[in-house]
Amino acid sequence: MAFGVPQLLAILPELFVVGMAMAILVLDLYLRPSQRGITYTLTILTLLGGAALAAYLIPAQSQTILYQHFIHDRLSAVLKVVLLGMTAVAVVYARRSLQRLAMFRGELFILVLLATAGMMLMASAGTLIMAYLGLELMSLSLYTMIAMDRDSVPATEGGLKYFILGSLASGIFLYGLSLLFGASGSLELAVIAEHAATEGVDDPLLVMGTVFVAIGLAFKLGAVPFHMWVPDVYHGSPNPVTIILASTAKLAAFALLMRLMVDGLGAMAPQWQEIAAGLAVLSLIVGNVVAMAQTDIKRLLAYSAIAHVGFLLIGMAAAPAASDGYMAPVLYMIMYTLMGAAGFGLIAIMHKRGAAGERIDDYAGLSQTHPWMAFMMLILMFAMAGVPPTGGFMAKLYIFQAAVQADMIGLAVFGVVMAVVGAFYYLRVVKTMYFDAPEAAMTPDRDGLARGVLSVNALAVLALGIMPGPLVDLCLYAVQGL
Amino acid sequence: MEQLPLLSLSIWLPILGGVLVLALGPGRDDMARWLALVVSGAVFVVTCLLLVGFDTGTAGIQFGESRPWITSLDIHYKLGVDGISVLLVLLTSLSTVVAVAASWEAIQTRVPMYMAAFLIMEGFMIGVFSALDAVLFYVFWEAMLIPMFLIIGIWGGTNRIYATIKFFLYTFFGSVLMLVALVYLYTQAGTFDILELHDVQLSLGEQVWIFLAFLIAFAVKVPMWPVHTWLPDAHVEAPTAGSVILAAIMLKMGGYGFVRFSLPITPDASHELAWLVIALSLIAVVYIGLVALVQEDMKKLIAYSSIAHMGFVTLGYFMFNPQGIAGGLIQMISHGFVSAALFLCVGVMYDRLHTRLISDYGGVVNVMPVFAALFMLFGMANAGLPGTSGFVGEFMVILGAFKVEPWFGVIAATTLVLGAAYTLWLYKRVIFGRITSEHVANDMPPMSRREKWVFAPLAALVLIMGIWPAPFLEIMDSSVLNLVEQVNQSKL
Repeated sequence: MAFGVPQLLAILPELFVVGMAMAILVLDLYLRPSQRGITYTLTILTLLGGAALAAYLIPAQSQTILYQHFIHDRLSAVLKVVLLGMTAVAVVYARRSLQRLAMFRGELFILVLLATAGMMLMASAGTLIMAYLGLELMSLSLYTMIAMDRDSVPATEGGLKYFILGSLASGIFLYGLSLLFGASGSLELAVIAEHAATEGVDDPLLVMGTVFVAIGLAFKLGAVPFHMWVPDVYHGSPNPVTIILASTAKLAAFALLMRLMVDGLGAMAPQWQEIAAGLAVLSLIVGNVVAMAQTDIKRLLAYSAIAHVGFLLIGMAAAPAASDGYMAPVLYMIMYTLMGAAGFGLIAIMHKRGAAGERIDDYAGLSQTHPWMAFMMLILMFAMAGVPPTGGFMAKLYIFQAAVQADMIGLAVFGVVMAVVGAFYYLRVVKTMYFDAPEAAMTPDRDGLARGVLSVNALAVLALGIMPGPLVDLCLYAVQGL
Repeated sequence: MEQLPLLSLSIWLPILGGVLVLALGPGRDDMARWLALVVSGAVFVVTCLLLVGFDTGTAGIQFGESRPWITSLDIHYKLGVDGISVLLVLLTSLSTVVAVAASWEAIQTRVPMYMAAFLIMEGFMIGVFSALDAVLFYVFWEAMLIPMFLIIGIWGGTNRIYATIKFFLYTFFGSVLMLVALVYLYTQAGTFDILELHDVQLSLGEQVWIFLAFLIAFAVKVPMWPVHTWLPDAHVEAPTAGSVILAAIMLKMGGYGFVRFSLPITPDASHELAWLVIALSLIAVVYIGLVALVQEDMKKLIAYSSIAHMGFVTLGYFMFNPQGIAGGLIQMISHGFVSAALFLCVGVMYDRLHTRLISDYGGVVNVMPVFAALFMLFGMANAGLPGTSGFVGEFMVILGAFKVEPWFGVIAATTLVLGAAYTLWLYKRVIFGRITSEHVANDMPPMSRREKWVFAPLAALVLIMGIWPAPFLEIMDSSVLNLVEQVNQSKL
């Protein structure tokens, strides 16, 4: 049963994306620069096609195939749909801004597709090897994408910094994986899970492995104290790449976290729950407090991303004891992916006579010059702050509900207080857009598609606060297979 | 007629109307004004229908609506009003009409957005008073911060940005702790239905924590001393209509929260910690009354007087007897009329001279006699003169307080002296005397017809409620008795 049509069907979305990446790679060689639009369109269609396939192939029950390397279950399928869909959205946002940076090249789109393939493998990893391969495929593609803006010093610095620190984290992660392998004698998550259930804390190798893996994942998620790269990399990266870094790459890291910590080390939950709670507290403090001092909007959102990881980790810490299980963190992460993609997407779409405007002050008076864009940003800022009636509030509500249910009321209270601290800097952006006099001439790209998709994306964040039912049900459905 | 979902209508009509006004886009100022007036007028009519169909014989929920909203947490879109909330809904819709009419000429920039903000906020506020699901309540409660944040921040005075951010963060901080309390209640009761939460059994320890979380949320909103400092700033910087809504409605939400959540859900903790609330209320009445006396800015003076009057409301609630609670509620309604009218009075003068400092005025009666008479009426109501609405509530609360502990009554009664002192002194300095400057002589034309119409309903209501408060009391009577029974029944 190792290899056959059912197995191929399960990995069809991955095969499709990788196959199309190869095809586009070849096709792009024959295109003139003026025809690059074809590559762009094909990339979006590939991502959307992959999302459709993943949605169509959602399995009724969990399967582990291809010599246990590949888990095909509801969670992975749902996360892949979001990953592919939101990457497509990110590519749509990126068009004009890539052209401005002279990055509208075939290689970039190939790298996007390969990074996405890596993300998909992370969501489906059934063995440690697959987990590591998926992670590295994504990371290497991202490093290159950041550094593609060759003439920009911040981008080069950001790419290099991400590469060096990312390699260090990968090393720690890999070391953790090797300890897990040493402890259990197997690369398969299922075997490791059994071993963890029988041995648990009595096996020091397993405990050490858990800690190292947790550190590696915390780095990829950008949780304090492993967050140092986040502001510099987000800030230095070309705007279009930041969209992917902040949204789908983060979701993929979360998917990997679910695979390793829940599927593999679920029995070690009492241990990593404490780690998650500690990281959550630190992330909330550092993310929210440092964000207040930022004058650059990308850095501000980078620190806000760190704070959001804090909320996510509250959910992870509480999830094993909550009645809805991992629904709350999954919901939170998907909601953040929507908000992050739209937020950074808007920054990528806005420009100041061809130059990216990245200071918060560049947005002064936006509500008078471009009221619709300002309104979209308003929705996103209040959503990130967790103010009803936006989706950001609903996501936080479920996180706090899980925390209270898990008897972590202290953590919940700390979280809500930090949400208030966070509200301050989001309000500052709103203040700049709505209360200050118009200053610099920031304009959105003349790209109807990107603006339309951005509007849909931001309005979806609002609508999910008014009608969260469908997304909540989807997340519940996704975690029921665990 | 019976089938019409009046509450949903009065929530969504203004919100949709607001979106429509917003969609008019910049430039169509007059159309935005008229549309806003028509929509808010229509909402007022709808809420009047609530009153017409209201059955005063029962403490139960009327005009109830319920449908599942978020099934996984058993959250419902559940609405309904009782004798307490129906009056507040009506107060909201009336105040919004007044606010729209009062901003007719004072607001000249970004008019559609301004009007839309008020309409959308009206929908949220009515939602707060009619929500019977805790999450729905919380959503409305928080959502209304957004339009108010923009109103103060865009159309406010010179120091508006500091004021509006302070306002937002203060109230946001207060409410998030309430969210944790609500979620905790959910884990205990398995429901967010407010009426079912009234019956959930809680130990004293749990009740105390929940009570404190609620207290922070509602005390910030009311606002009670010492978390009142956002209010003077917000009032001073807000445009006139913003102050009207702040004073008339937003403060009432805190008071409403006490009767809807704190008293019935945590009755034992309410008794246990009544001393705290009573102490804070009396401090507000006396100390803030003294603070009001020395203000040089008219809006600030009225803002402090609002805090003192709201101290009366909370004092009344924590007497746990029908006189105290009904008195507190009457005081809330009356204060809604009176403080709104006083802010409008300041607005009328500010529109003419563009200053709020008392020292810039003097002898206004010589140039604006009708205005002086109206200001006199509302000033008297603010001081609690018999025959005005201000007297009824204060009298009932003092009566309720005397029943519990005479000293509370005695201290509370000082408000009659202090209120008269700061109001009359303000009145004397601004209205009477000789004309102090040529600005007053030349730049203060008599009130326009529109301005008079804005004041007319408020003046009428202040007098009606003062002379014949029975209908108001009758509407809330059964609900108040029911509440008194709930709060005096131990859950232990």
